[in-house]
Amino acid sequence: MSGHTVPADFSGHMLDLDEDEDLEVFSKNISLGDGNPMPNSPGSMVNQYRLEDDEEHQDANTKDLFITVDKPESHVTAIETFIMYRVTTKTTRGEFDSSEYEVRRRYQDFLWLRSRLEEIHPTLIVHPLPEKFVMKGMMDRFNNDFIETRRRALHRFLNKIAEHPILSFSEHFKVFLTAEDLTAHRKQGAGFLSRMGETMKAVANSVRGLKNRSEEFTEMQEYVEDFGYKISSLDRVAQRITKEQREYLDELKQYGPTYTQWAGFEEELGDPLKGMASCVELCSKETEEQVHHLSEVLIPTLHEYVLCTETLKAVMRRRDNIQAEFEAKNEALVSRKVDQETLQEEVDGLADRMEQANNALKGDWSYWKNGMRTDLKSAFISTAEKNVDYYEKCLAVWESFLMSQRVESSDQRDAEDVS
Amino acid sequence: MADFGSNEEVAVIGNTDLTSAESENNIINTMVERGTSLLNKMEINVAEAEKRTGKNTVNMQETYTVYLIETRPAENVPEGGTPAIPDSLWRRYSDFELLKTYLMVTYSYIVVPPLPEKRAEFVWHKLSADNLDPDFVERRRVGLENFLLRVASHPVLSNDKIFFHFLTEEKGWREAVLETGFQDKVDPRLKSLSAMLRVKNPDKRFTALKHYSDELNIVISQLLRVRARVADRLYGVYKVHGNYGRVFSEWSAIEKEMGDGLQSAGHHMDTYAASIDDILEEEEHYADQLKEYLFYTDAVRSVCRKHELIQYELEMAAQDLAHKKQQKEELVTGTVRVFSLKGMTSKLFGQESQEQRESRLAALEQSIQEGEEMVKEKNTECQDFVRTAWEDIERFKEQKNRDLREALISYAIMQISMCKKGIQVWSNAKECFNKM
Repeated sequence: MSGHTVPADFSGHMLDLDEDEDLEVFSKNISLGDGNPMPNSPGSMVNQYRLEDDEEHQDANTKDLFITVDKPESHVTAIETFIMYRVTTKTTRGEFDSSEYEVRRRYQDFLWLRSRLEEIHPTLIVHPLPEKFVMKGMMDRFNNDFIETRRRALHRFLNKIAEHPILSFSEHFKVFLTAEDLTAHRKQGAGFLSRMGETMKAVANSVRGLKNRSEEFTEMQEYVEDFGYKISSLDRVAQRITKEQREYLDELKQYGPTYTQWAGFEEELGDPLKGMASCVELCSKETEEQVHHLSEVLIPTLHEYVLCTETLKAVMRRRDNIQAEFEAKNEALVSRKVDQETLQEEVDGLADRMEQANNALKGDWSYWKNGMRTDLKSAFISTAEKNVDYYEKCLAVWESFLMSQRVESSDQRDAEDVS
Repeated sequence: MADFGSNEEVAVIGNTDLTSAESENNIINTMVERGTSLLNKMEINVAEAEKRTGKNTVNMQETYTVYLIETRPAENVPEGGTPAIPDSLWRRYSDFELLKTYLMVTYSYIVVPPLPEKRAEFVWHKLSADNLDPDFVERRRVGLENFLLRVASHPVLSNDKIFFHFLTEEKGWREAVLETGFQDKVDPRLKSLSAMLRVKNPDKRFTALKHYSDELNIVISQLLRVRARVADRLYGVYKVHGNYGRVFSEWSAIEKEMGDGLQSAGHHMDTYAASIDDILEEEEHYADQLKEYLFYTDAVRSVCRKHELIQYELEMAAQDLAHKKQQKEELVTGTVRVFSLKGMTSKLFGQESQEQRESRLAALEQSIQEGEEMVKEKNTECQDFVRTAWEDIERFKEQKNRDLREALISYAIMQISMCKKGIQVWSNAKECFNKM
């Protein structure tokens, strides 16, 4: 266990901080606090962060960390009721004492993990968590659909972290996956007071504005804005399609009973009418599956990337702030004649920090873009496949109906010819 | 498949790539019985529709549509020759209505083919309910042609002179119809289909038929309502996919590797969204076929009603005769079992004279004879009606079964076509996504 303990009377506030994900966290130094086993020299850190464009540290062959999130269970205490999820880890990594772990975690714990990761790696893109509240207001926290949707998103979150070449080696991640009781760990970590201080500084700096943001990061910023709009639009389109499909399905369900009713008082027509009833009912089922697929695959993926946009914006802001801090101190160095030595040291430190942050972002940017491309491509392909499958199944239903009618009529014709 | 006789070629159902015009023709051809009177001799088309304006009966300007009826003797055109120029005349919807009313009254034992609807009903939102809308007019044109073909191929109706006049001479037709005096035959009781006639011994077949007709009416109405709602929803689903096209296109502008794949996938989404228009237009044909039989139920109910009326009159006549016979018996035997004023007054004021009695008896005998004639007449009328009506009803039932089965089959064909289009579009889209 690393880090310093926090005085008891701050513990309540610590909890609040964890709950409030809006609070942005700024680290002082990467090497502080979390006992991250990484070398301290800037040069080696730069190397650490520079990644090849298309290379993923963990592809299917080298994957050595397998995580599942399941078994949501209601947990009741005197104060509150909440859901606990089971997090199972299987690994061959040396850093882990055992090869299998099973722990119980609640949403707050995930929030804690994520904010820790962002704190330590301010310019890495940490995958977003599912939202705290549902905007529509119609579902409550204990609704089964809501819990299931959340469980899936949490599962994805942990796997995204596990796949990440840097984040997956975070000590906090390890603790999250392995510690029986997380609450003890959650109370440790960088003091919140210091974080408050950083926030104030950051605000002050951003007011001043950046001197010169490099072309690369400006482009990034613009892309993030545009991407944000597009992905939100897609999210809305997909939701709308799902809604229309559901309404279509509701009306479709009335077809079958009507044909059946008709078949009930017909003689010769009874058979073909029953056939129709059965066809529309089968197609109904297929439509239901199609809608289900949409809401399980495409919608969650699109939604995740809507949330990613916020993450990206936050990362860009943090990077800007790091640059702003450096520039501010640098200015001070240039204008002031006293304390030159100490100031110089600080400026150098901030310069290093900025370079690390920039490189971290650059590297993670292409990693993220690749991931985005893979995820969205796969979601769209899956949707298209499901739609083809849907139409193929319906086609088979109607073709077999047609066959049965043709057989019947040729039987009739034979019978008439004979008579 | 529908069978018209052992040697007839029938419309192909194996070919599922029919254009909507072809399938429309197939539907009409399979619906109409060939090889009967008028249709053997002449071809009938409702070729065009035109808007006209004129003054109506209350001297107000109105816009209405007229339909061009073309007729031409059915003949084999020699190779390389051109078919004869058809005779043609214009009729409006109200003319058709008059014709139909005339036929229904004059041939009350026949299930008279219905006209297409006067106003668009069971409409789903995109389709206009406006009578002057070109799509509605076009569908009505087809419906009117169908009506004429059905009448022309009916073993009884096709021989009617007024019908022939309707097809061949534009002038003086209305006058000719009114001259037949068919309005006089209209029994007001026939109009109120809901009024109950207390018939003691209705023919059970007619009772069953009326019941069937009511049930059919209800179920087809429901089916048409559901269809309209389903069409509405399906339209929504397809059209929203068009938004994908737009967003993909915009998104592709900011992506490097993904751009091409997204852009082309977007085009397929646009195609998908546009495809619903044709699909639903074809489905209107199916709805029209159902509607025809919905309206046919009115004709069936009419025939049943007419039977009720005739049966009722027969029973009334028989009752009347029985009553008169009763009176005669009393008069002869001197017993008064039935109250009569004459009886009462004779009791009060003394017996009537022998002469008076005899003259009364003679009058009663005369009345009884007339009554017996009436009963005989009504009986014959009833039997004739039942016989001829049931013959036509059997014919109608077979036609109905054939036509509706065909309709269901062509619906299946439409669904198959829709599915194939869907498979195509989404397979293409998947290819594009693969290139992302």
